[in-house]
Amino acid sequence: MFLVVALLLLAAPALLPAFRLELLAKWLCYAIVAVGIHLAWGRGGMLTLGQGVFFGLGGYAMGMHLKLADAGPGALPDFMVWSGVETLPALWAPFRDPVFALAMVVVLPTVTALLLGTLVFRQRVRGAYFAVLSQALAAAFVILLVGQQGLTGGTNGLTNVRYFFGLDLYDPAGKRIVYYLVLGALLAVFLAAWQLSRSRLGRLLVAVRDGEDRVRFLGYDPAVVKTLVYAVSAAMAGIAGALFVPVVGILGPADLGVVPSLEMLVAVAIGGRFSLGGAIGGAVLYHYASTGLSETFPSAWTYLQGALFIAVMLWAPRGLAGLLASGLSLLRRRRASPPAAPAPEEVPA
Amino acid sequence: MSRGLRSPFVALGLAVALAVTAGCVGEAPSGGAASGDTIKVGVLHSLSGTMAISEVTVRDAELLAIEEINAAGGVLGKKLEPVVEDGASDWPTFAEKAQKLISQDRVATVFGGWTSASRKAMLPVFERNRALLWYPVQYEGLESSPYIFYTGATTNQQIVPGLDYLREQGKKKVFLVGSDYVFPRTANKIIKAYAAANGMEIVGEEYTPLGHTEYSTVVNKLGQARPDAVFNTLNGDSNVAFFKALRGAGITADAMPTVSVSVAEEEVAGIGPDNIAGHLVAWNYYQTTPGAANQTFVAAFKARYGANKVTSDPMEAGYNAVKLWAAAVAKAGTTETEAVKAAAKGIALDLPEGTVTIDGENQHVFKTARIGLVQPDGQIREVWNSGQPIKPDPYLKGYSWATGLS
Repeated sequence: MFLVVALLLLAAPALLPAFRLELLAKWLCYAIVAVGIHLAWGRGGMLTLGQGVFFGLGGYAMGMHLKLADAGPGALPDFMVWSGVETLPALWAPFRDPVFALAMVVVLPTVTALLLGTLVFRQRVRGAYFAVLSQALAAAFVILLVGQQGLTGGTNGLTNVRYFFGLDLYDPAGKRIVYYLVLGALLAVFLAAWQLSRSRLGRLLVAVRDGEDRVRFLGYDPAVVKTLVYAVSAAMAGIAGALFVPVVGILGPADLGVVPSLEMLVAVAIGGRFSLGGAIGGAVLYHYASTGLSETFPSAWTYLQGALFIAVMLWAPRGLAGLLASGLSLLRRRRASPPAAPAPEEVPA
Repeated sequence: MSRGLRSPFVALGLAVALAVTAGCVGEAPSGGAASGDTIKVGVLHSLSGTMAISEVTVRDAELLAIEEINAAGGVLGKKLEPVVEDGASDWPTFAEKAQKLISQDRVATVFGGWTSASRKAMLPVFERNRALLWYPVQYEGLESSPYIFYTGATTNQQIVPGLDYLREQGKKKVFLVGSDYVFPRTANKIIKAYAAANGMEIVGEEYTPLGHTEYSTVVNKLGQARPDAVFNTLNGDSNVAFFKALRGAGITADAMPTVSVSVAEEEVAGIGPDNIAGHLVAWNYYQTTPGAANQTFVAAFKARYGANKVTSDPMEAGYNAVKLWAAAVAKAGTTETEAVKAAAKGIALDLPEGTVTIDGENQHVFKTARIGLVQPDGQIREVWNSGQPIKPDPYLKGYSWATGLS
């Protein structure tokens, strides 16, 4: 199965027209975010409603570098010209350096999440309070971006990104290379999450999710475990945001606020937050459905999308992956007539 | 172990396989814009999200124009076939749908957009594909893409005349209120340059986020600053809250008139005519604009969508865009982009706002500026106009005070 998926994804550039390939690359960016959400929410029980912030931090770090590179040495990015900015803001200057910008893609979201995690988890803020807090962060982040038009492009965001480290993004060949980059990043993130889940930290994380106080009595600090994994999930969102910029060519507050952050989470819920593959599949499926439904029913697609979400939540609370797993185990039990010892279900409290 | 390994991959595999195959199927070969019996044209506006309330009206006007053209025999002997897409008030979605219309539906042209952010998102798509976009809303200027036709006003056809009018009325102290995004900020930059050169004083400048509905603070500041007039670039719902707060504070239109540039007939109905009657707006078209072409347009719109519907400036500009494009195609004898662009130069049509001429230089149109007074019945009565259509000047090159703005 893994082979089939891998082959299909590898062959996608040959199978799909350039426009569809660009969309698939965009969905894979959201899949990278989904891997992080799977770790934080599915494994760790941290209902993070503000992944858009980390997605945005990574994205703006990349976008700032690409806009500066597009403008050329000594020139200002286009939006500064029409926003009346005459000299390059000090905040932007270091992003001319590609190494610095690439480092910031990971560093900015990680540090933000570490700081936030340390503050929040140490105070034993969790559950709905953590969810509300992370969502407020997303709302505040967008207001900040919109308010600083000369610095961030305001509501427009960073638009018209044409070159990506020398690759012409207007050219289908350039798009293909970017697609493979996204695919590579997804694979790396997937393996990292896989490894983390099986490590000591990963097992502790599940233990923290299911019984935080018990873990504390055993002598571990749940705050450290949660903060670390939260930072990892933030870094993944940052990488996804950075790749989103060359794939889509635009990044603005509209992609980062409360609603897009919720969408990232809803996609994972639909796919199945407890399963790594489910989270990735959910992200791809959700955004595929958005595109497909909105193309077919331009006036009614939001209702259909909502109905789909309600249906999944009602009849498959563990997501499509959970539904599929139950279906498979049911089949297997039927086939093996004397029921073997039931496989240990991976259901959380 | 095997089960734990397999189930996630199965789910992932199914989803991706579905997506990839669906992508392939969805890419059915289309006939191309001008082959077959019809010419496909794209209509791309927000049909969901915050902008839907405004953009749906423009879509309706564009579809009306398409129906009228079809009823009259179509273009080049072929019927127009609109392909409607939802930009969902989300700027990357506008770019995505624009690309879809161009590469999959192979439309001859696209009519669409409202916010500047959506236009900025679509601009590279149209430039990259050498396809045409017709953008129907007044905007902040400082742009002239070779692949966009702008049928709404640029700043020298709306904001500058609005300021001229205030100056003629002897208003010296002006307060700026706007939503926090690119149009109000750029507009206010221009207003400040104008004020500095014309002996006007800007006594305050306030921005609120899009969708903001709490205006007692802003109204308090207005009460303290006591300006002669307020220049209002708020967008959408915020206007409802702003005018209600203004009225609630007992500030009348006589004491402190506002000039709004994003409030048309449609918005007046939402604000409630009682709350805004007596205030000023600046546009290029009102439902009450005299002329046979407008009478026909208003009658046709009401017949198609209901007698209680109003027509507004952006709707009229969207309607004009379709008519102008059709005229350019008829003149060019083809829907091919470069030929249409060349043919569009200097085309002049009698449209609801009067004679509209395309300026070949920057692909904007000549427009008559009109200042209107909101009436208690929700209609807008023209109190001043520029006398003749003003030549579009998106970079304000013809204004000495504007040097250094772009």
